[in-house]
Amino acid sequence: MRILCPCCGERDAREFTYCGDASRVMPALDAEADAWAAYVWGRKNPRGPHEEYWQHAHGCRHWLRVTRNTETHEILSVLLEGPWRARHEAKDPR
Amino acid sequence: MAKYSIFSLVLNSLTRHRHWRPAWRKAEPRPEYDVVVVGGGGHGLATAYYLAKEHGITDVAVLEKGWIGSGNVGRNTTLVRSNYMLDQTVPFYESSLKRWEGLSHELNYNVMFSSRGVLNLAHAPSQLDVFTRRANSMMLNGVDAEMLDTDGVTRLVPNLDTSPGARFPVVGGLLQRRGGTARHDAVAWGYARAADRQGVDIVENCEIEGFLREGDRITGVVTRRGEIRARKVAVAVAGSTSQVMALAGIEKLPIESHVLQAFVSEGLKPALDTVVTFGAGHLYISQSDKGGLVFGGDLDGYNSYAQRGNLPVVEDVVSAAVAMFPCFSRVRLLRHWGGLMDMSMDGQPIITKGPLDGLYLNCGWCYEGFKATPASGWTFAWTIARDEPHALNAPFRLDRFRNGYALDEKGRGPYPGHH
Ligand SMILES: Cc1cc2nc3c(=O)[nH]c(=O)nc-3n(C[C@H](O)[C@H](O)[C@H](O)COP(=O)(O)OP(=O)(O)OC[C@H]3O[C@@H](n4cnc5c(N)ncnc54)[C@H](O)[C@@H]3O)c2cc1C
Ligand SMILES: [Zn+2]
Repeated sequence: MRILCPCCGERDAREFTYCGDASRVMPALDAEADAWAAYVWGRKNPRGPHEEYWQHAHGCRHWLRVTRNTETHEILSVLLEGPWRARHEAKDPR
Repeated sequence: MAKYSIFSLVLNSLTRHRHWRPAWRKAEPRPEYDVVVVGGGGHGLATAYYLAKEHGITDVAVLEKGWIGSGNVGRNTTLVRSNYMLDQTVPFYESSLKRWEGLSHELNYNVMFSSRGVLNLAHAPSQLDVFTRRANSMMLNGVDAEMLDTDGVTRLVPNLDTSPGARFPVVGGLLQRRGGTARHDAVAWGYARAADRQGVDIVENCEIEGFLREGDRITGVVTRRGEIRARKVAVAVAGSTSQVMALAGIEKLPIESHVLQAFVSEGLKPALDTVVTFGAGHLYISQSDKGGLVFGGDLDGYNSYAQRGNLPVVEDVVSAAVAMFPCFSRVRLLRHWGGLMDMSMDGQPIITKGPLDGLYLNCGWCYEGFKATPASGWTFAWTIARDEPHALNAPFRLDRFRNGYALDEKGRGPYPGHH
């Protein structure tokens, strides 16, 4: 599997650290316990496109928001996370 | 279906083995059952068997998407042990180990359970301390555990590199002698046959595509082969849990699906008569009765439904194996494959009534599901029959996460890929 880092180009997946489901949104600090429980423990776990974080740990160390098909490992899009995101609005990785 | 015995073997050999009957009927689904079990893996089949045997509920169907043995029950590395640490987990896995010890007789099917011992290696004094704590906890729960020093390890596993020059020198280990291996296919076939003999219908090629419901109550399933009504529907589909539960409208569960690979080498003469796990990375290795080395290591590392493995993990696992056993370095790999693991948020399963009326859920097995098959089936059957958990599975509730009772043996937090 290869991931197209918007900063470094296409790299072997081994350079990246998987950091999990990126579709979850942290609730407000004073939200009810149920909202926090759903955030901490609940996962959609889709078979198909999955939005997830990868960090380019052995490269530029950027956090990336990757959409990958969990059945085929096809990478559908890669976006930089953080303040750089707007500037680097990713092109199609293929 | 005739009982297997020395007489049936002699009789059939006299007639040149032409008259053996299939081990279970190819049942056609009926429109209605007391209990429908979704998923014909080890857990679904064991559940059906114990429903019939222990609770007299024989109007049961097991609906399997593919064929019996196509899921993780036929893909695992067959390790059976009860070397856990928490007061909630040890009794459960120990009850399972006790069932393994009598399982071949119980099922009238040779599951080839072999108590060859499971040895966890420690590579640092602090790791040995952690193992000692676990051993103490096991013994307090009445489970056998032994601590070995380096010499003890060398005597037990002479082919292991225990020299001070090893990549990760071995300082000792935790041994559970009653642990071991079993033949995974035989467990699926044995439970299938035993359930069938009790009157359970085993329906293969029968994927669930939806649920029948009246209001909030589940009243049956929609399958490729038509609708089937049931008083109770029990789901035990391992890596497909999120998909099947989404059909019932449950969008989020404390589960992620990850791929775990297993590896088998070419056949060798007997070289390893126990199970050894590596403590400096993640690897477990044993030798099958056929002679192949059977081993595995970490998950591939990201959510996956691919049912095949990636190459970095192959390299990682094989290099750990060779670091432990340099004498295996020229052995050739014969096969490797992957299975879909239902990884839970604390590394422990969920065996529960609900989350909807008429529905029962068994999932979250991580690495533990094969060894747990007898106890999982037994406690799940109890829960289905009596509408309440047995003491052994009461801690494995779905709401334990929400309520702060997660059973995280190693304190790794809500990262399913890390358990
Ligand atoms: C490589 C590997 C190594 C492992 N090693 C060990 C080990 O050493 N020790 C240990 O204890 N555990 C081990 N495990 C874990 C263990 O194998 C599993 O936890 C356990 O087998 C899961 O329960 P099961 O047997 O019921 O699952 P499965 O056999 O996967 O059964 C689930 C069944 O549900 C069916 N299904 C899915 N969707 C549907 C649907 N919509 N309708 C109908 N049926 C459906 C599937 O086809 C499948 O047959 C390992 C797993 C893997 C993959
Ligand atoms: Zn980069």
